[in-house]
Order: sequence, then structure tokens, then C-alpha cells
Amino acid sequence: MVEPILDTYIAEENLPYEFCPGCSHGKVLGALSNSLKQQGLDPSEVVIVTDIGCVGLSDKYFVTHAFHGLHGRAITYASGIKMQNPELTVIVLIGDGGCGIGGYHLLNAARLNTDITVLVFNNFNFGMTGGQHSVTTPLDSITATTTLGSTDAPMDIAGTAKVNGGGFVARATAFDKDLPDMITKAMHHDGFALIDIWELCTAYYVVRNDFGRKEMMGYMDSMNMESGILQETERPSFQTSYKGIQEQASKQKPMSGLVLDTNFSSDIEKPVRIVLAGAAGQKVVSAGNLLASAATLSGLWTSRRADFPITIQTGFSVAEIVISPEPVLYSGIIKPDVAALIAPEGKAKIARLTKTMEESDTIYFADGLGDVDSPANQLPLEFPESAKKEVHKNISALTAGYLTKQLNLFPFEALQEAVRQIQKPKIAEINLGILAHFE
Amino acid sequence: MSHNNQRREMIDGAAAIARGALDAGCNFYAGYPITPASEILTHMLRELPKVGGIGLQGEDEISSLGHCIGAATAGATVFTATSGPGLSLYSENIGLAIMMEVPLVIAISQRLGPSTGAATASAQGDIQFMRWCTSGGYPVIVLSPTNIPESYHLTNRAFKLAKRFRSPVFIATDKETVMTTESVAESEMLNAPNWPAILDEPVDKPLDPYQKNGTIHHYTGSSHTEEGHITKDPEIIAEFNERLKNKIGDQVDEIALVKTDLQEGADTLIISYGVSARSMETAVNQLRDQGEKVSALTVYSLWPVPEMKILGCLKGIKRVIIPEMNHGQYRHEIERLANENVDLIGVNRVDTFLITPEEIIEAYYG
Repeated sequence: MVEPILDTYIAEENLPYEFCPGCSHGKVLGALSNSLKQQGLDPSEVVIVTDIGCVGLSDKYFVTHAFHGLHGRAITYASGIKMQNPELTVIVLIGDGGCGIGGYHLLNAARLNTDITVLVFNNFNFGMTGGQHSVTTPLDSITATTTLGSTDAPMDIAGTAKVNGGGFVARATAFDKDLPDMITKAMHHDGFALIDIWELCTAYYVVRNDFGRKEMMGYMDSMNMESGILQETERPSFQTSYKGIQEQASKQKPMSGLVLDTNFSSDIEKPVRIVLAGAAGQKVVSAGNLLASAATLSGLWTSRRADFPITIQTGFSVAEIVISPEPVLYSGIIKPDVAALIAPEGKAKIARLTKTMEESDTIYFADGLGDVDSPANQLPLEFPESAKKEVHKNISALTAGYLTKQLNLFPFEALQEAVRQIQKPKIAEINLGILAHFE
Repeated sequence: MSHNNQRREMIDGAAAIARGALDAGCNFYAGYPITPASEILTHMLRELPKVGGIGLQGEDEISSLGHCIGAATAGATVFTATSGPGLSLYSENIGLAIMMEVPLVIAISQRLGPSTGAATASAQGDIQFMRWCTSGGYPVIVLSPTNIPESYHLTNRAFKLAKRFRSPVFIATDKETVMTTESVAESEMLNAPNWPAILDEPVDKPLDPYQKNGTIHHYTGSSHTEEGHITKDPEIIAEFNERLKNKIGDQVDEIALVKTDLQEGADTLIISYGVSARSMETAVNQLRDQGEKVSALTVYSLWPVPEMKILGCLKGIKRVIIPEMNHGQYRHEIERLANENVDLIGVNRVDTFLITPEEIIEAYYG
């Protein structure tokens, strides 16, 4: 038994409760106060997070920290508080209404397993707004919004928490003598804990449906929703799991940029806009990066955009590269100066762009992709004879090599250096082999 | 102008924003994947645990922002990022952050809407949405970088503003800036621009974070007293709401951040922001090369509107050209400031393409 430090955690100066006569909420708040007393917790280490609805009136009755947020979201705030400061004991007070609008948060909090305790004040309808039906309203019930009887299947809140990984799940009623002990058990559980506490809403549900304590217990039996602890399993809480992740991650290097020295030079005088158009799997974007990096190594300024479908390994892949003697301001390409077509998918994708090209612009095309609907000068990609067998290995790198030779924007050595600096050693070796055909 | 012999970094806006947040001391991030903001999420979730912080993917945008706000009340320096569709879901919690006065930085990587829109093309269609995204119409701060180094430095600045004003601060960026890899001078990433400093001390009296052995605190989304207790007293409510409005509204000059490029004798002013300001700069350079006199104003602090700065630039101006990738959202703000004799011309695009410098030049020659 822990030495109590306070007789009560209720802020007595704010009593009496403003709940309706006969409402069960006060009983549950009293049980929570008794549980906190049993545990001897300092009020400053407890945060009570309340949802919206009548239960949302509760935070002012406690001498602990409190958080009163938006409808259905209480669990998300509670998780955030607990994640940031695990020293705090975090308790959510939420109604059946909050479990409806925030149902997705409820089941995901059970999965996430932050060490919080959720007390559901389940009185089968919306009290604060005039007794409308909620997710737990029993079938055929009369409420303000089901005047001829509810037709929706009621949600099993405890069951939902249980099947979604909730470590401690219990069902109880506001009338249970052992409710403080049950709350203490839930709070002692290291991880997500929920007690679905059944209650009476004397203002609306009770009077409209002749639903007293006896009827509530009968309903519990008829639904096979037994009370007591329904699930008690141990699995590492979020805090424990994440500590492991932090430990592993702390051994990794922090993110760093790719910084290049400008050891080569170039004498181009105006921006050149290049589009590489191919298919997924052809390493088009990677070749775009090589060209941009080679230009950067040569003291030029670059931007590189990539365009591909949201699915991978299928469809087009396009890289748009702007290479400029001055920092690139406008990075778009409405009309390329140079386009390289290396797959039918890419050719089709940029047909709009190639059409806008002028006679002074050049389209390079791979086998079978010529005859472009464009006034631009059209030339085949003529790889060195020795490189032809490499076409299937990496046509994009070959194209980057070819364009570098043809366009003369920067030294070929800069492209080779880009391969060495930005690609992984194994891939760099292959690509340097491919580029060797141009020497 | 020679930029040779400098070290260059190959980087995109997502990495710049993530680094800006980490270097500003961000230690908590929660978000939900959405193109073109997902790369910010992946950077933050990978990097934060390395430095003892927490990064997680919520089940949706609502819970993500809920986690952030909860963590902020427990003392975390929080950050999140999304795009327009995600901002819709952030809406209610942004109101809560305003009401609870928690510091909160949100990057919005804009894409072309409405709704799912042209996923994923660049746009600037959420400029008014960021300002008016939540019930009540209380002010927020919105910063808009035009390039990658500014993405880094303005993110850093957003954290300082959030702390000082205890308010949501947006970074209004876009797909183009976030997802395009560029070469930038390493020195521009390392050295902050010469912007006026943001003061350290918070305006008004902040609530401390929840702490064991600390003062007992009530954070609430309901109208409340200075101590965080719910109140229905009309005088206290009015005073509180006035203070929420004024704490930002009265400090426009401190928050205001623009770049002016005024030319003596120019009677045309081009005003832009974000990625469109880059096309403006190219257009201005070309026009001047052609012997035209033209002034330019880049607005970094879109909200609150830096009215005095804009009015200063409007002196002697007969015509204003406003390029933006929407139907003219910021033009409304200029319209209410400009003299009725000033001709306002929008250059607008909502067809997935960036505004070209040529379009701005065309508008100039009208």
C-alpha cells in the first residue's frame, strides 16, 4: 500500500458537480480520485485529458494538470503528452460520443500502445447536445435523432480496443464498488489501457427508454458483453519500443548534404534545358542526376526535376535538367533545347514538349523512336560500336555520356567524376565501364 | 558575376526544410504521408530518433496534429508538414493551437487542387486557406521561401516566431521547391541572410509545459482565464480574444520580411512570392537588360500582410503586376492597399506549369 499524499484529488472548491441529478459521471470521477489516492500520485505528475460532451466538464474538478481539447481527439493529445514526457501519468476521460467521432484514434492508440489510460463514460447517447444517438446506442432505442428506434448495430468499445492490440481492456459500470481498484490496475498497466464504463444518462437515455440500472445489467447480459478484465497482455509500450529505436538510430550519422567542389570549368553562356525521356527501370533520373552533378562540378548551376507515375517499375520516367552559367531561377521547361528519347513511354509522355521545340533544338532518339512530330533537328543516339552491347545494361548512362560528348557543355571528365562522387561504388564501377566506351 | 570556385550542395527543398527544423531544435514531429510533403516526413522520422527526438506517422492528419499539440504542452518543439488536402484535416486542431497558444510550425507543400486535383503539380492555391483555415478568423503567421537556402533559413525563423508568438507558423512552399534538386552555394546554406532578428522572449505570458513538480496547468480549447480556467465572463472572453488578435496584429512590423529591388523612376512594380518570385526575378533582369525601368518586391511574410512595406514600395507606382499560381489570391491583399488609380494585373496559372518569365514580360508590355 502506497502512502497517500492527498485525501482527495477533487478540487472541492468547484463542487458540487454541475452534472444532471442521477448522472453517473460524478461516481466515476470519485472512483478516479480514489484510485489516484491509492497510488499516492503527486497532482503535478498527473494530466487528465478530457474530451467534449458532459464528460468534458470534468477537468475543473481535479487538482491535477488538465487538457481539454477537441471532440474525439483527446486520445491523440494524451499520446503526444505521454510520448514527450513519460514521467507524467496521463488519463483520458471520454464519452461514447468521443469514441464514435474519434473511433479511429481509439483503435490506433491501442495499436500504438502509448502508456495512457482511457476511461470511457459510456451512457449510450449524447447528453450535452440533447440526447442524440451515439455509436453505442442499443438497437431500437429512442433518442432525439432516432424517434422511431435506432437501427444501427451498437459498437463494442471494449471489444474494439481488445482486437486492436489494447494491452489492458476491461468493462465496468459506474456502480461497481471496485471501480477505483480497476482504474488503478488499468493505470499500472505499462501500455494502452481502456475501461469501458457503462453509465446512466438520467436526462435523456434513461427517461426515453426506461433504462435503469437493472435494465442496463440485463442489456449487458443479452449482448454477451461481460464485465471485468477482458484482456491483460504485456507487450512493450511505445516508450519502451521507441527507446530501442532511438538507441539504434543514435549510432547512425545525421543527414548530410551532397557537397561538390567545382574543380572543372565550362564556358557556356546561356542556360540549356535538357529532357531525358525513358521508361521506369532505365535509371533515367539517376542519369539526370549525373548530368546535373557533372555540370555542378564544372562550376555551373543546375536544377533537376523528376517525373514518373506513382506506381514504380512501370510507365514513363522523365528527368528535366536545367544547366546554367548563372543560378537557375525559373526551373520549368516549356520548351527543351535538347530532348533524348530512350523509350516509347517517355517519347509519348513528352510529346507535348517536343512539339514546341524549334529547328535550332535537337532531339536525340534511340532505335525506333525517331520520326517525332516536331520541327526540331532529329538525330539518332549513335553510341560507339563497342558500347552497343551495353545498351541494355544502362541506356541512360550511355545517353548521359553521349550527350556530354555531343553538347560539350562541360568536360567528359566531370561526368566521370560525378559517377565517382554520387554513386555507390558498385554502380559507379559499372557506369565508369560504360562511359569508357566514349574514350 | 562569377560563382565559380565555390562549394555547391545538391539538395531539394524537403531536405532543406527538415534540416532547418532540426537545426532549430525541433524534437517532435508527427505527420501523415502526402505528396509533395512526404519527403519531409521521411527525413524527420529518420533523423529525430538519432538525436533523441520523436518522429511518428499518425493514423491521419488529425491525430498527427493532435500528437504535436499534446507534445507541445509537455514541452516539445513540434513540427509537421502536409499539403492542401491535409491542411483541410488540420483545420480544427490549428484552431486549438491558436486557442491554447502552443508554438507550432507547419510546412504546407502546395499542390494543384481543388480536392485531389492534378496530383502532383505545383501550385500556390492555399495562400488564403492558410490564413483563414480555422474557425474565428484569428491571425497566423505565414512565411514563403522562394528557393532552397531560404527554405532552410525561413524554417529556422518559423520556429523562432512560433516560440515568440506562441502561435501556428506556416511555411508556404510548393511541389516545385520541395521536390526539385538544385545546386546551391554551400555558403548560402550555412550563412543566414541578413534578416532582422526575432526576439527570444515570448509575447504575453506563456503557460509552462506540464511537468512533474511544476505548477499545475490547465490547457483548454475553451475560452479561459490567464491561468487556463474555463470562463464564461464576457469581459474576460473579449479581452482574451482581442489579445489573440493583437499579439500578432500589433507586431506586423517585427514579423514583416520582404526583399525589395526598387529602381529609381520605375512606375511598374512586380510583386510575387514563393516559386513564382523566381520567374519574376528573371523577368525583371531581362526587362532591365532591355532598358526598362521596373521594380520588384518579394514577400516572404505573406501573413500578417506586411502592409507598411508594401505601401512603401507602391509610392509613385502606376501599375502592379502580381504573378502567382492561383486565380489571384494575394492580389486581393494588394488591391485593398493600392490607390484606386493603380492598375493591377495578375499573371496567373493553374494548369500544372510554373509561371514563365516570358509571361510576366508579356504582361509588362501588356
